[in-house]
Amino acid sequence: MATDTNAAAEVAAGAAPGMPQLDVGTFGNQIFWLLLALVAIYFVLSRVALPRIAAILAERQGTITNDIAAAEDLKAKAEEAEAAYEKALADARAEAQRIAGETKAKIQADLDVAIEKADAQIAAKAAESEKAIAEIREGAMEAVAEVAKDTAGEIVAAMGGKADAKTIGAAVSARMKG
Amino acid sequence: MADEAKSGGGLEFHPMDQFIVKPWFGEVGDPVHWYTITNVTVWLALAVLAILGLMVLTTSKRAVVPGKGQSIAELMYGFVYKMVEDVTGKDGIKYFPYIMTLFMFILCANFLGLIPMSFTTTSHIAVTAILGFGVFFAVTILGFVKNGASFLGLFWVSSAPLPLRPVLAIIEIISYFVRPVSHSIRLAGNMMAGHAVLKVFAGFAQVAAIAPVAIIGVMAIYGLEVLVSAIQAYVFTILTCVYLKDALHPHH
Repeated sequence: MATDTNAAAEVAAGAAPGMPQLDVGTFGNQIFWLLLALVAIYFVLSRVALPRIAAILAERQGTITNDIAAAEDLKAKAEEAEAAYEKALADARAEAQRIAGETKAKIQADLDVAIEKADAQIAAKAAESEKAIAEIREGAMEAVAEVAKDTAGEIVAAMGGKADAKTIGAAVSARMKG
Repeated sequence: MADEAKSGGGLEFHPMDQFIVKPWFGEVGDPVHWYTITNVTVWLALAVLAILGLMVLTTSKRAVVPGKGQSIAELMYGFVYKMVEDVTGKDGIKYFPYIMTLFMFILCANFLGLIPMSFTTTSHIAVTAILGFGVFFAVTILGFVKNGASFLGLFWVSSAPLPLRPVLAIIEIISYFVRPVSHSIRLAGNMMAGHAVLKVFAGFAQVAAIAPVAIIGVMAIYGLEVLVSAIQAYVFTILTCVYLKDALHPHH
């Protein structure tokens, strides 16, 4: 470029010393081609590029809006499903509690009957036993009186006394009552 | 300029050669008619092709989940759309294609100009003046069509004390008419200065002793120029939006 432009510089320097920007001879050329270029750019932009980009941006905005709406929808559905699940869970829990309560009541009833029966049996047995014990006690008292009379008679005899059985019996009986 | 360069100890600087408009076909120095295909034509055409590739080809799939190219196109669209909406309000949206045209053209032309050996169309005052004055006339006509004579309220600062208003009106009118000049010279000046400085540093690289410094300088300034290219496109566009806002809502 160096040699080329040097030559050009000399030529241009003759036509317009100093800045090539001030070379009025080239203004017409520049202005003509500039206007042509601007018109071309304007038509390319306003007819093709800008409507297309505007459409792309609008479409994207639409897609995003739709996606957000769809996401909200799905979220609502998920919440609904969760609520249904919670409800089913609560129902199941209530049902389980009801069944448990029923069973408990039934068992309690059975148990009460069994306890009553057992109490009655126990009471019968206790009465029987008490009777037997009373009999035994009575027998024992009699035996004690007998033994005491015999023992008293023997003791009196051993001491050299002489006592009839009737007197000893009355004395022992009086003693035992005292 | 050439003499200065010659006097610099054999160093040759031609920082402005890159801006010379010359026919693409034929000899250097051939006459440049208005219809001649020049380097301006070629680089303007490349800018159009770049925009076509950036905004049309990348979006051809119309993917809901964008790829890399489509993301860039959408980013550009969103950036300028939001700028127009924020600055001019809802009623400025219908001028969005025009502003997008300006932004995309300036951005692509600036970046294409950063390719080594390329020609920077936006470094020419003829180009930026058409853009700047185009915006100025469009906005002024639009202001009168939309608001009628009350568009002149733009120059009558009703919030200022009455004695000050005529003075302010004169200042406002001057600043209004300076707008297209600053608008176009800002862009051309930035692009031209940056590229010329790049060439000056590249010229210093001819001297072996300072070549490393010069090359590092070229790299640093190139980085800066990448920033400037984007920022100038942004500045031009947002000022256009501000002027458009003045036309749509002229009352302070």
